[in-house]
Formats: sequence, structure tokens, C-alpha cells
Amino acid sequence: MLALRRPSVLPGFGPTLGFALLYLSLIVLIPLAGLFVRSAELGVEGFFAAVSTPRALAAFRLTFGASLLAALVNAFFGLLLAWVLTRYRFPGRRVIDGLVDLPFALPTAVAGIALATLYAPNGWIGSVLDKVGLKIAYTPTGVFVALVFISLPFVVRTIQPVLQDLEPEIEEASASLGADRWQTWRFVVFPVLLPPLLTGFALAFARALGEYGSVIFIAGNLPGLSEIVPLLIFIQLEQYQYANAAAIAAVMLVASFILLLLINVLQRWTAKRHGDE
Amino acid sequence: MAMTTPTLQAPPALATTTEPPAVRRGLIAGALAFIALFLVMPLAVVLAEALRRGVGTYFEAITEPYTLAAVKLTLIAAAVAVPLNLVFGLTAAWAIAKFEFRGKSLLITLIDLPFSVSPVIAGLIYTLMFGAQGWVGPWLIEHDVRIIFALPGIVLATVFVTFPFVARELIPLMQDQGTDEEEAAALLGASGWQIFFRVTLPNVKWALLYGVLLCNARAMGEFGAVAVVSGHIRGVTNTMPLHIEILYNEYKFAASFAVASLLALLAVVTLVAKVLLEWRFGHELAHNRGR
Repeated sequence: MLALRRPSVLPGFGPTLGFALLYLSLIVLIPLAGLFVRSAELGVEGFFAAVSTPRALAAFRLTFGASLLAALVNAFFGLLLAWVLTRYRFPGRRVIDGLVDLPFALPTAVAGIALATLYAPNGWIGSVLDKVGLKIAYTPTGVFVALVFISLPFVVRTIQPVLQDLEPEIEEASASLGADRWQTWRFVVFPVLLPPLLTGFALAFARALGEYGSVIFIAGNLPGLSEIVPLLIFIQLEQYQYANAAAIAAVMLVASFILLLLINVLQRWTAKRHGDE
Repeated sequence: MAMTTPTLQAPPALATTTEPPAVRRGLIAGALAFIALFLVMPLAVVLAEALRRGVGTYFEAITEPYTLAAVKLTLIAAAVAVPLNLVFGLTAAWAIAKFEFRGKSLLITLIDLPFSVSPVIAGLIYTLMFGAQGWVGPWLIEHDVRIIFALPGIVLATVFVTFPFVARELIPLMQDQGTDEEEAAALLGASGWQIFFRVTLPNVKWALLYGVLLCNARAMGEFGAVAVVSGHIRGVTNTMPLHIEILYNEYKFAASFAVASLLALLAVVTLVAKVLLEWRFGHELAHNRGR
């Protein structure tokens, strides 16, 4: 029979694992399981009715669509930023490198009011865009802008370590074999960066799906138009529609879990690729 | 912070392994424009709006009784949530890093779970449990215990959203460090606590501080999860981020941004401390940080 754990001379396995499991269960696992139980109270038909109202469907479309777009924009600019910050030297590089983490550190409510003020028709950026007829604040585009902000660091931070460890020899080898710079980048460098790029993209997408604080100030929050799923859950809860709120939340949770699995697979792929070099 | 000078170990600038100068400059300009638009301007607008009505209004806003009550509540919530997650992080990391057992990778995944749950859902799950129409809600009302729309709910929501921070800094580092030093100490007759305080803790102190810093920043700034369980009772269950929202929705923009500037300052201080830690003790922190 396989032992549950390998013997060790160190003490404390029982108490520490016991406490960790108890705490994890009480804070995370039991409350999360409660959510699924609660949404199951609706029955299969009730569940699907709750998550397929026109208002819910519109919210799902906006949340998934805007998150996907934001993650795509960040995949592009994240790659650019990681490249520039790792490969080039210019004044202020370190300050900017530190600043990349700002969306992690800045509370979402602060980001929310700042972005709403910037992109409002009389704001610094909004007033410029207003002249060319572009409205960002209080439209679905505002949701996208807020999501770009909060998911910005992920791609940069997943690509940077891989890029740092990439040995210059392989690029030199590629060049000495006659490849021009673009070919070297496209066929030698980029394939190495692809797994972390996808990981960062998935992380950014997952984060954007659940975001609430930075979005609600800039979105306008019109049901069916600029209302995101987390806000809809909040509103259902305030109206004491507990089961409906739980059902919509359950859909979002399942989406997050699938993404989490995908991210795990991608990270293993990155580690494997990375280890082979 | 001072502008940095070019470092000594610039990457090889061979024509074959770098881009033409024009391309380089173009890429740098593109990156800087993106940073300016999405990171610098939001930070700058907080400061500009906070001071728009002058320094007097600014200090009036941040010394107003409701603001002070919000600051106090935010500090209390963080002062409870951070130590709880610190103890959890240490125990979980000890069990996971120093022992081999089945189901370990599942446990690590589960610890990271709160990061992939929307803050609103974090608030929701506690409301479903403890709210007036939740499972234990009626029992709580009978015994006059308040969790939702009160401090315990705010603390619970904060604990949930900051749950993985300390653990995820410690686990990879302690796994990397292995068990040799601890085993040597044990064979020399050290007790469990002695091993922990004299061997393990000194080895992970900077990573611990790093995790606590990030945990604290998130705890003080959490909005969505706390908004769901707070009930927005001014002076009673209003944390700083919620107070910012209320002031903003009342069109008291200068006051709202004044309170926001305090949290923005916290964010900047956290970032600077984080960079300093990485710069000075980078080799004593967990590597390959995904986020």
C-alpha cells in the first residue's frame, strides 16, 4: 500500500496540515460549495431560466467580450513592454518596470474614479476624444478601458523572466546561420515566448472576468447595455434574489475554474519548454 | 525616485542580436505611450483632482469624522485579516514544503483559488451563509450575532480576497530551500519551535515581509467583496474604498479623490517597498513569480 506521506524527522506535519486544511475549508471551500448548493435549489429549469434572461445574457456577452478584447490588447502591449523593459536600456526604465505593478497595488475603487474622470467628456483624455466624436466613459467601451488597466501586468510579468533567461547564443546562432533579425525573432525567439504569452493572456482574461470596482464607475451600468456580470450579481443580491445571484455566480465560477485548469497546463508547458533550454 | 543610469551589464548590442536603432526607438516610444496613457495619467489625475479645491479642502476632507471612521475600520479589518493569513501562510508552507504527501499539488491549487474568484462572488458566498436569508442567518438573528452588514463580514470578505498572498510567496521559496538545514537542526536535538524560529524563519523573512506587504495593500484596498457584505452604513461599516464610492456618487469629487489619494499613496509606498525588496533581497524571494 502506498503511504500517504513519506517519513521525515521533522515535527509538526499533523498540526500544520490540519490547521491549513481547516482554515482553507472554513474560509474558502465550504462557502464556495454553499454557492453551488444554493443555485441547485432552483432545479435545472429554474437555473437555466435564471442565467438566460435577456439581461443576464447581455451581461455575459459584455463581460466575456470586453475581457477578451482587453486581454488581447494586453497580450500585444504586454509583449512589447516586456521586450522593451528587458532588452533596451533607457532613462527611467526601472521606475517604469516598478510602475507596471500599479494595477495590482492601486485599489480598484481608486482606479475606477480615476479612469471615469480621465475619460469623462470633460476629462483629460475624454475631452480630446470627444472632439473626434468618441465616447468612452458611460459606454461599453469604458468597461473595456477599465479592464485593460486592471489586467495590464499579467502578460508583462509572465514573459519577463523567460525573456531574461533566454540566452543570446541561440539568437547569435540563428543570425550566423543567415537569418535576418525578423526571422530570428519570428522563428527563434517568439516560439519560446508563446507559452508564457498564452499564460499571461489567460491570467489577464480571468482577472478581467471577475473585475468589479474599477469598472462600475466608468461603465454607466445600463441594464442590457453596459452592465457587467459582477454588478448584476450584486443587484440580484440587493433585491434578495439569492438563488438567481448564486446561479449567475455559479456560471462565472465554472468559467474561472476552467481557466484556472488551462493556466495550470500552460504553466507546466512553460516550465517544460523553459527547462529544456 | 531618481532616474536610473544605464547599467553596466547592458545586453550585447551586436547588430545581429538587436534591432536597428529606428525600430528600437519606435518600440520604446510605443511602450512609453501605453504606460503614460494607462498608468501615469490615472495616478496623476488622482492627485490633481484631490488638490483641485486647494490644500484646505483636502485636509478638511481627510479629517472629516466619517473619513476618520472609514480609515479606522480599514485599519482594523487589515489588522485582523493580515495576521490570520500570515499564520495560515506559514503553516501551509511548512506542511507543503517540508513534507512529501499525496494530494499536495491539489492543495496548492486550492490555496490559489480565491485569486480566480470575483470579489463580488467572495462577498456573495458569505451573504448566502450568514445573510438574513442565508443558512445560519435566522439562527444568528435569534442570538443577536451580526456578521453581514457588520465588522465580522467585512473581515471575512477581506480574509478571502487576501487568502493566498503570504502562502504563495512562501511555498515555492521553502520548497526550493528543501529540508537539509531543518533536518540537521533536528538531528542536533532542536525542538520543532527552535527549528522554526532559528532556521526556517530567518531563511524566509524577506519573502514573508514581501507577502505581508502585498497582502496588506490588497486588504486595505478591497472594494467589491467588502461592498457586498458591508451595507454601506456611514461611520459604522464604511471602509475607505466604500467611502470613496459614496463621496463620488454624491458628487463630492474633491473629497472623494482626497480619500483616494491616501490609498494611492499606500499603493505607491507598497510598490517602492516591493521594488526595494526585490532589488536588495531578490535572491531570497521566490523566483518565477507568475503575477
